[in-house]
Amino acid sequence: MSNDNAKTNFQWVGKRTRRPDGVDKVTGRARYGDDMSMPGMLHCKVLRSPHAHAKILSIDTSKAAAIKGVKAVLTSAEIPDHPLSKPPYAPIINDMHDISRNVMARDKVFYDGHAVAAVAATSERIAKAALKLIEVKYEVLPHVLDPIEAVQPDAPILHEDQFTFLGDKTSEIPSNLFRSSVGERGDLDQGFGEADLILERDFSSEPVHQGYIEPLACVASTSEDGCVELWTTTQGHFVIRALCSSLLNIELAKIRVTASEIGGGFGGKNTVYGEPVAIRLSQITGRPVRMVMSRKEVFRSSGPTVGSRTHIKMGVKNDGTITAAEVETWYQAGAFKGAPTGRAVETYFSSYTIPNLKATVHDVCVNRPKVAAYRAPGAPMAAFAAEGIINELANRIGMDPIDIRLKNAVTEGDQSLGGSVYGSIGLIEVLNQTKNHPHYLAPLGPNQGRGLALGYWMHGGGLSSVSVHLLDDGSVTVATGNPDIGGSRSSMRVMAAEELGIDIELIKPIVADTGSMGYSHLTAGSRTTFATGWAVINSVREIIEKLCILAAKKWEIDVNDVSWEAGHAVSTKSGDSIKPLSLKELAAMATKMGGAIAGHSEINAGGTGAAFCLQLVDVEVDPETGHVTPLRHTVIQDVGRAISPDYVEGQMQGGAVQGIGWALNEEYVYDDQARLQNTGFLDYRMPVASDVPMIDTVIVEVPNPNHPYGVRGVGEPTLVSAPAAVANAVENAIGKPMSSLPLSPPKVLKAIEQIQVAAE
Amino acid sequence: MADLKYESPTTTEAAVALLAAGGEMARVFAGGTDLLVQMHEEMIEPTLLVDIKSIKETREITFEADYVRIGAAVTGAELGENDKLVAMWPGVVEAVELIGSYQVQGRATIAGNLCNASPAADSVPAMIAAGASVCIAGPTGTHEIPVEQMAVSPGKTSLAQGEFVTSILLPNRPSNAGDAYLRFIPRTEMDIAVVGVGVSIELNADGTCASARLSLGAVSATAQLVKAASGILVGNKLDDTVLEALASAASDACSPIDDKRGTIEFRTKVAGVLACRATKIAWQRAEKN
Ligand SMILES: Cc1cc2nc3c(=O)[nH]c(=O)nc-3n(C[C@H](O)[C@H](O)[C@H](O)COP(=O)(O)OP(=O)(O)OC[C@H]3O[C@@H](n4cnc5c(N)ncnc54)[C@H](O)[C@@H]3O)c2cc1C
Repeated sequence: MSNDNAKTNFQWVGKRTRRPDGVDKVTGRARYGDDMSMPGMLHCKVLRSPHAHAKILSIDTSKAAAIKGVKAVLTSAEIPDHPLSKPPYAPIINDMHDISRNVMARDKVFYDGHAVAAVAATSERIAKAALKLIEVKYEVLPHVLDPIEAVQPDAPILHEDQFTFLGDKTSEIPSNLFRSSVGERGDLDQGFGEADLILERDFSSEPVHQGYIEPLACVASTSEDGCVELWTTTQGHFVIRALCSSLLNIELAKIRVTASEIGGGFGGKNTVYGEPVAIRLSQITGRPVRMVMSRKEVFRSSGPTVGSRTHIKMGVKNDGTITAAEVETWYQAGAFKGAPTGRAVETYFSSYTIPNLKATVHDVCVNRPKVAAYRAPGAPMAAFAAEGIINELANRIGMDPIDIRLKNAVTEGDQSLGGSVYGSIGLIEVLNQTKNHPHYLAPLGPNQGRGLALGYWMHGGGLSSVSVHLLDDGSVTVATGNPDIGGSRSSMRVMAAEELGIDIELIKPIVADTGSMGYSHLTAGSRTTFATGWAVINSVREIIEKLCILAAKKWEIDVNDVSWEAGHAVSTKSGDSIKPLSLKELAAMATKMGGAIAGHSEINAGGTGAAFCLQLVDVEVDPETGHVTPLRHTVIQDVGRAISPDYVEGQMQGGAVQGIGWALNEEYVYDDQARLQNTGFLDYRMPVASDVPMIDTVIVEVPNPNHPYGVRGVGEPTLVSAPAAVANAVENAIGKPMSSLPLSPPKVLKAIEQIQVAAE
Repeated sequence: MADLKYESPTTTEAAVALLAAGGEMARVFAGGTDLLVQMHEEMIEPTLLVDIKSIKETREITFEADYVRIGAAVTGAELGENDKLVAMWPGVVEAVELIGSYQVQGRATIAGNLCNASPAADSVPAMIAAGASVCIAGPTGTHEIPVEQMAVSPGKTSLAQGEFVTSILLPNRPSNAGDAYLRFIPRTEMDIAVVGVGVSIELNADGTCASARLSLGAVSATAQLVKAASGILVGNKLDDTVLEALASAASDACSPIDDKRGTIEFRTKVAGVLACRATKIAWQRAEKN
């Protein structure tokens, strides 16, 4: 395979092209999860627990089932049960025992909003009315929301059958602590011994929701012969197929999943919620069943990312060399195990060459919705603590925040704490570009502060499948198995056009269903442009090979004397005057000379490349109200190669905006019964457009040597450093460490008042 | 699953008759930006909606001898486009324009904002400061009450069965007078006031305060007139001592709750801060008039 990652004279890569999904989206023609409707379709509504933790004593569905128009009422009795999975555990666990209980509570409810029963009826109105007639008797149990409280000896236990996994054994008594991920290197005592200054600090962050604008929605239709068709808004229809297959004991081939157009996911649409319930209701009633969640249901029952509690200690020499760091973090997994603790260990301090390190991250169950992925799962909260303490250390030893990072920056050959060995990486370039950026040199006004933070993310690779078809008229379809959540159709098209040497407008990218394509992993982990794009390049190269063979046949010359240049097969025989054949001419010949031409690729992509992202943020703090206004925000990121710069910038800006939300206002508010109070965007305060400044972007391109075009993952690194950068800016504006997200006005005002009291 | 009826009467009398007959399950439907949201969330399940937008008088802004009359179905967007009204009561209009977004502004009314009886309603403190009154039609005829007598507790008004608001009256503004409204929200828009302050000031020729009304929203069960404020301001110029006393008076008047939108401590402190800031703006406007 030829590697063009050092190439710079691209025809399409790096250009700003028309987006292939744009027209359908702005005209409203694009079909999202709830735009699907089928003849005879029923509507499903779900009854949800009003308690955070309770035993289900009984469920009486008889009155609901008796209403005219109600076709089925479902409880967990209709969902197959599965045994608890046993060690050794994978880094990411898909335990069917837990998933079956999360989609429909079995004998206990574990959070406010936990599904308890579902109704399928001829209208949504009838389904809603039926829910009110379902009688559930609960025995309410004490609840716990905080991960540190949850591991105390007297804490209420969520799962009597969960014991802490301790490697070679398990704990003797049930525990909310499922397991701990640990990363270690060097000698901490020696490292702290060498330090001139050691700081210790506690940090905390709250669970935050992905806030995708399209609520969860699906339609399931099943047939008497056991086949299932599913339409759903998802980041990975192959994963949905696999989960539904395992959970409901249906052969994979009998489930065909089509991914709808998707209105945002950010990790939140990587798993099943309504899909298995809709499938079962369809099987029971023999009719298609649609299930659409309201925003309130999305907030109450779908997974946010983890909240965190962290204790961190770091030592530094007066010259800025960081000698040692030790951290212990508690992540809230929510109702079932599975907090991204391994990713936290991988991410902690991974931008730095600190020789002596230890990170311990705990996976703790609490009475909240089970966490889901959210853009760089596990990393932004780790970066918040690590970058926060470095900010304070730099301030205390009087060192420039970029200089301290340059002093300790990792380069090629260094290792992350999780064991990733870096190839060619762009961290130094990112730091140097920041240092010379006008934003870094601009003066600040009163009550203003500037903060910066660095983020690291090792993106994903893995399984991707692609089929490219050359059609008779010279146009091309590029089919992938990856839903397009951030512009992948555009990037796939650009890469195909680049290889073929034809106008991108001749190429139509599509997302194919699970029946039409080999397994493709999620559109997640910043993997799609990297891995699926690689499969596109492979597929197109296969087509080019076939076209060269075709031209050789036509010209009656050896195929080794044919090459592909600028969209044409050309003879390379010296002195030959054969006229090159265009892709269009060859396409027209193909069906008459052997058959249709297609290229396929099913790969397991390795060779991911570490990505680093720095954010520079200016804020102004209102000293009388604690209100923080972000004034200026610049994202400087090594993207390897920007295939579609518009989308790359969009990713960088989007992650920054989400990070501003994490940092300033987003949090779940519970009452004293652990019932969620802010179940809509009015009170779950994600930023609105007027809350954020224009996010400037600096694209740094240090190609990933492992990828044909040099691509690195782009979507996630940008969120990793954003909350930390905003928090550091607030800290620098008011002159007091700010360790607890969100930095909402009451918290900031209190900190300012404490400074004033201390000064008096 | 009771059925829902929709009526769109063209006269005040017909509306009163429908409301009186509809009883407790009947609701007036103006812009619907509170009503429809509450129905969607299943907080209320009315059986009759009486849409007042087809009653001609409710759609008009009229300038009369002593006051300007704002029909109960006039939208926020229409208020903002009425230059004469904006010049007269900039504080009231800026409060109305804080409600929701562009889209919400095309439907939302000040009468609906008032009758929804949320303690955090933005236009209400501004109307109280302006000394506005409310025209009510009902089975026994029509009458007027001051704006501050409309809400009795969160979500509850003093309206009797069959009664509805036909218009709101803002007095004509004397010269040397100005008003202002400020609210605190954690974001910049699409948020509900954590504290709201409306102020209206009239100055004497010598630059001292002739009369003042200051009203607070979101810091007690209903928006309230802070009576102490007028005593602090009248006869004085706006110096640091006066501002400090004003901030304390505003904070002292607070009896807020801790909820998802803010804490008691924060609301009490920020009420004082915003009282001073809004008073300064109203004062400057008065000096220019
Ligand atoms: C996205 C969004 C953002 C919002 N932001 C804000 C905000 O920033 N600040 C704020 O204060 N509010 C806000 N609101 C709430 C709402 O828009 C306002 O309260 C608005 O002024 C209500 O007016 P309306 O005409 O839509 O009232 P409606 O919804 O029609 O009515 C509200 C209530 O008053 C009753 N009612 C209406 N008119 C009369 C009448 N003439 N006589 C008797 N009863 C009557 C109705 O029966 C109902 O109970 C927001 C709402 C939304 C949806």
